[in-house]
Amino acid sequence: MMEIGLNHYLVLSTILFTIGLIGVMRRKNLLLLFFATEILLNSVNIAFAAISHFYGDLTGQMFAFFVIAIAASEVAVGLGLLIVWHKRHSNIDLDALSTMKG
Amino acid sequence: MEKYLYIALFAPLVGSMFAALFGARPKTVIAGLVPSTLLLISLIASSVLLVHIIGGGEVIHVEMMTWMATGDLYIPFGFVVDQISVTMMMVVTIVSTVVHFYAIGYMDHDKGFNRFFAWLSAFVFSMLILVMSDNYAGLFIGWEGVGLCSWGLIGFWYHKESATWAANEAFIMNRIADLGMLIGIFLIYWNTGTLQYEEAFAAMPGLDNATLTWMGIFLFIGAMGKSAQFPLHTWLADAMEGPTPVSALIHAATMVTAGVYLVIRSNELYSLIPNVGLFIASLGAFVAIFAASMALVNRDIKRVIAYSTLSQLGYMFAAAGLGAYWVALFHLMAHAFFKALLFLGAGNVMHAMDSELDPFKMGGLGKVMKASMIMMTLASIALAGLFPLAGFFSKDVILEAAFAEHHFIIYTVLLLTAGLTAFYSFRIIALIFHGEERYKLFGFHPHEAYKFMLVAMSPLLILAIIAGSFRTTFFSVVEEILSATEYHIHSHVTYWVMTIGTQLFVILAIAYAYKKYMSRDIKVPDGTSKMENSFKYKLLINQYYIPYFYEEYLVKSYRELSTVLWKQVDMKIVDASVDGIAGIIYGTGEKTRNMQSGNLSTMLKWMVAGTVAMLSLAVVFGLAVRYSDEIKTILSGLGV
Repeated sequence: MMEIGLNHYLVLSTILFTIGLIGVMRRKNLLLLFFATEILLNSVNIAFAAISHFYGDLTGQMFAFFVIAIAASEVAVGLGLLIVWHKRHSNIDLDALSTMKG
Repeated sequence: MEKYLYIALFAPLVGSMFAALFGARPKTVIAGLVPSTLLLISLIASSVLLVHIIGGGEVIHVEMMTWMATGDLYIPFGFVVDQISVTMMMVVTIVSTVVHFYAIGYMDHDKGFNRFFAWLSAFVFSMLILVMSDNYAGLFIGWEGVGLCSWGLIGFWYHKESATWAANEAFIMNRIADLGMLIGIFLIYWNTGTLQYEEAFAAMPGLDNATLTWMGIFLFIGAMGKSAQFPLHTWLADAMEGPTPVSALIHAATMVTAGVYLVIRSNELYSLIPNVGLFIASLGAFVAIFAASMALVNRDIKRVIAYSTLSQLGYMFAAAGLGAYWVALFHLMAHAFFKALLFLGAGNVMHAMDSELDPFKMGGLGKVMKASMIMMTLASIALAGLFPLAGFFSKDVILEAAFAEHHFIIYTVLLLTAGLTAFYSFRIIALIFHGEERYKLFGFHPHEAYKFMLVAMSPLLILAIIAGSFRTTFFSVVEEILSATEYHIHSHVTYWVMTIGTQLFVILAIAYAYKKYMSRDIKVPDGTSKMENSFKYKLLINQYYIPYFYEEYLVKSYRELSTVLWKQVDMKIVDASVDGIAGIIYGTGEKTRNMQSGNLSTMLKWMVAGTVAMLSLAVVFGLAVRYSDEIKTILSGLGV
């Protein structure tokens, strides 16, 4: 039985990050974009926690908590905006969201 | 005493700035009165300094502040009031005070009244900097300042094409000469390590002759431009486009004598290189007769007086070149008084004749303008050098100096010029004030100038008459710093023959001029008379075709060259490369604008692509640093 070491966690984190990145790039639904963002943040959290454990330094884990807190607030604000947007335009398609065109 | 120095120097600056405040407004009398009064204050302060110096007081030397101090270079804003500069200060302040008060009347109806006084006082300030500075750098600042003010004042009536042209001509010609002067100043700095007069002159005897000669030549090139010596003389006659008070102040009494001042100030340099001195004297004598000959036929009273100025500057350079620096300075002073007076008189005539300048269209003005006539006649007598007016004392010494130094060619040329001077001065006097009243044919209604203008001119009149009597005092004052040689002709008989001969010659020339130009059958020349078609006349009236030559061969070829450079080099290389760079940047922007589609999804993709690109770069650099040693060995293996 192979012992599970730091590298495994990092590989997992990378895989999750890639999935998240692809999600950010490919998804057209705003809600799914939030999911993808959550995956990105949490992949980083995994890496923080793993590395923190590896060095025996708690700073990384503390940082992960901060990230979770910020992710939560971001989702709260984001979902609020999303609901407002949906009420006005009755869709949450990214391609329709082009008012930022310069 | 320092206090007076600062008052004398800065009062004109204050006046100038005060008048400039009103620059854009219509005529405000106070903008003329305040600068004039401040100049009067400056004159009083200068007089206090003069009394101090005459009384044997110490030379006043102040260092206001440091201007440049880097490494070995140390140039302060230093001012010195010694025998030379106090003379110049007196000349400048007296003439400019008179001219300022006079101009209040002369510029009475001019729209640019306030602007005029701002420029005029700024000129006086620059001129004082020029003469009071204790180093060549400060002198150069003043030198450029007077050049700038002269440009602004020649082109004062800038809506006139000819005035702007003349202003630019004067400015450009002076720039050419100033390059020579700058090279001279650099040479002095390189070889002596300082620009302070005293230290530089002290170091000069230790230098080799060739270096000194080059210094002398280059400094003199600067003097040639400012004092309008051949071949840079054409600007002075054209500068008469400016208002007449400007001609009186700048182009007769002060600025054009700056070149003479430079040679006098650098006397310790020039006395080490007598060859250059001889060249200066020869050129001066040549210009004296050359300019006088052009004045003989000219039909513009201001231009005649301008040529006369040129001719007198030639006299000054002849004296300075022969080592008679104090004589040159004395003639400079006397000349300033009577020539400014002559110009202001001409200004009265112009005013009376609605700016008509052709003396052939005047005649008989003496009846309506008695005061102006008397002033101009006395000024002309002084100019001609008749006893006992100022010109006699100063000009006579120049002739004596040339004779005593055994430069008989220069002496003869100057003597001839004295005759010509008398002739052309009285030619215009006779044409303007005497003879038939030809102006009536042209419908002019001449009138005498304002009374206060005449009163303002009177100090100059008095000085033009009595300046000669200062000779002994002047000599004893300046002999402390100028190599002062009293020029004595050895035999008394020769002396008296020379003096009386010169006087008779001059009187004959005057009488001839009166006889020729007072007669009743003087007509306005219409180009048909035999004299006007003779070669001599054409040569002289066209100023020896020198302006024509400059225009045809220098200006035109320069223009051709400029056109080629403009079309081939500037448009095709410089402009093309600058436009090319702009085009590339603009094109990139145009192409990449599509990124900003406003679609969040596309933008996110670009963001990810950017992050990936930067991460890869970071990795590449990281690896390069990590394996730098290996990379170096590989590169050296490749022979890089």
